[in-house]
Amino acid sequence: MSFEIAVERQLGDAHVALTLSSAAGLTALFGPSGAGKSSVLNMVAGLLRPDRGRIIVAGETLFDSAARIDLLPDRRRAGYVFQDGRLFPHRRVRDNLLYGWRLAAPDHRWMTLDEAVDFLGIAHLLARWPRTLSGGEAQRVAIGRALLSGPRFLLMDEPLASLDMARRDDIMQVIERVRDELALPILYVSHDRAEVDRLASTIVTLAPDSIG
Amino acid sequence: MTAEEWGIILLSLKVSGVAVLATMPLAFGLAWLLARGRFPGKLLLDALVHLPLVLPPVVTGWLLLIAFGNNGPMGRWLTDWFGVSLMFRWTGAALAAAVMALPLMVRAMRLSIEAVDRRLEGAARTLGASPARVFLSITLPLATPGLLAGAVLGFARSIGEFGATITFVSNIPGETRTIPLAIYGALQIPGNETVVTRLAIIAVLLSLGALLASELLARRAGYGKGGHVL
Repeated sequence: MSFEIAVERQLGDAHVALTLSSAAGLTALFGPSGAGKSSVLNMVAGLLRPDRGRIIVAGETLFDSAARIDLLPDRRRAGYVFQDGRLFPHRRVRDNLLYGWRLAAPDHRWMTLDEAVDFLGIAHLLARWPRTLSGGEAQRVAIGRALLSGPRFLLMDEPLASLDMARRDDIMQVIERVRDELALPILYVSHDRAEVDRLASTIVTLAPDSIG
Repeated sequence: MTAEEWGIILLSLKVSGVAVLATMPLAFGLAWLLARGRFPGKLLLDALVHLPLVLPPVVTGWLLLIAFGNNGPMGRWLTDWFGVSLMFRWTGAALAAAVMALPLMVRAMRLSIEAVDRRLEGAARTLGASPARVFLSITLPLATPGLLAGAVLGFARSIGEFGATITFVSNIPGETRTIPLAIYGALQIPGNETVVTRLAIIAVLLSLGALLASELLARRAGYGKGGHVL
C-alpha cells in the first residue's frame, strides 16, 4: 500500500474527513474547490494536524492519534509541490533546488542536482531569480526542489492550475515521467476530471463536507 | 562650522546610533511577539509599546527620571550593580532617545515580519528545515529590509529627540547637548542665528536622508509586498 489515510479535521464550519488506501502509482484526490483536498495534503505533510486518524505512507506511520505518533514536517520526507510553486524569492533557482538537498541526510538523497536539472530540462534557469520565471518554468523548478530533498513520496496540489494549456501538457508529461521512471508514490490533488483520468491510477472523490 | 558645532553633531550621531543599536534586539522581540504571538494581554502590550508616541515627551522624561534617577529603583540598581549612573550622561540621553524611538521601530519591524509569506515557511519545513533554520534561512532574510528600515526610522526619531531628553538628563554641553537641545539653547540668546541655521540645516538633512533610506528599504521588504514608512 502506498497511502493509507484515515483523517478527520474540523476547520471552522467545514468538516474534512477522508479514508483512502491506494496501491502504487499516482493517487488522485478529486473534487470541487472547498472540499478540503489541500487540507488533506497539508495533514499528510505535517503542516496541519488532524483531530484524529492515521496516516501511513509506504509502510511508515507519519501520524497516529491513537498511538500518539506525529512526525514533524521536516522528518516526514514529503516532496510537496504547491499550486503556486512557492519558490523562495530571495534565492536563485539553483539555491532553491538545493535547499532541501543540503538539509537531507546523505543516504536519503537519491538524485543529484545534475540529474534533476537534466530530468526537468532546466539547466538554462539555474542562475535566474524566481520572479523572472514563467509559470511553467517555476513549476519545473518546484518539482525539482521537491525531488532533490530526497522524498519517499510526493504531494502535488493542483500543480497545473495556474498554467495555460500548452504548459499544462508539458508539465503533465513531467509528472508522468516522475510517476513511471522514478516510481514514487504520488498523492495528487485536482478539480479537473480530464487531468485526473489521464494521470491517476487510483481516484478518490472528495465532496464538500463529505464524511469519508 | 566650529569645533563646538561638530562636537554637537558627533554627540547626536553617537547618542542616536547607540540608542538604535541597543534597542534593536528588544524592538525585534516585541515586533515578533506582536506579529506572531497569541497571548492574553497582547493588546495591552501593543498599547504600552506605542505609549511614548502619544504621551507628552516631558511626561516620558519625568517617568525616566523617577525610574532611572539616582533614587529611582532602576537607577539605584544600575549604580549598585554596575556603578553606572545615567543622570546627566550621554547614556541617559541615549536611553531617552531609545524609548522615544521604540514605537516607530517596533511598528516598521512588525509590518516586515507580517509581510513574510508564512506558506514559504511551511514549504521550507516540508523540505527538511527545522523551525530555527526556517527562521534563519527564510523569515529573517525576507524581513531584513524592513528591519533595517525600522532601525533607520528609529535613528531619525532619535536625532530629533528633545522633550524627554531635556527633562531626564538636562542640557549639558558635550554630554547631553544634542542638535535639538543646542538649537533650543542657542535660541535663548540673541545673535545666534547663524549657529541655529547651520544646526537646523544639518537636522533637516539627517532626518530627510534617514527617512528616504528607510522608505527605500521598506519598498524592498517582502519583495513587493512590504509596507510603507512614508
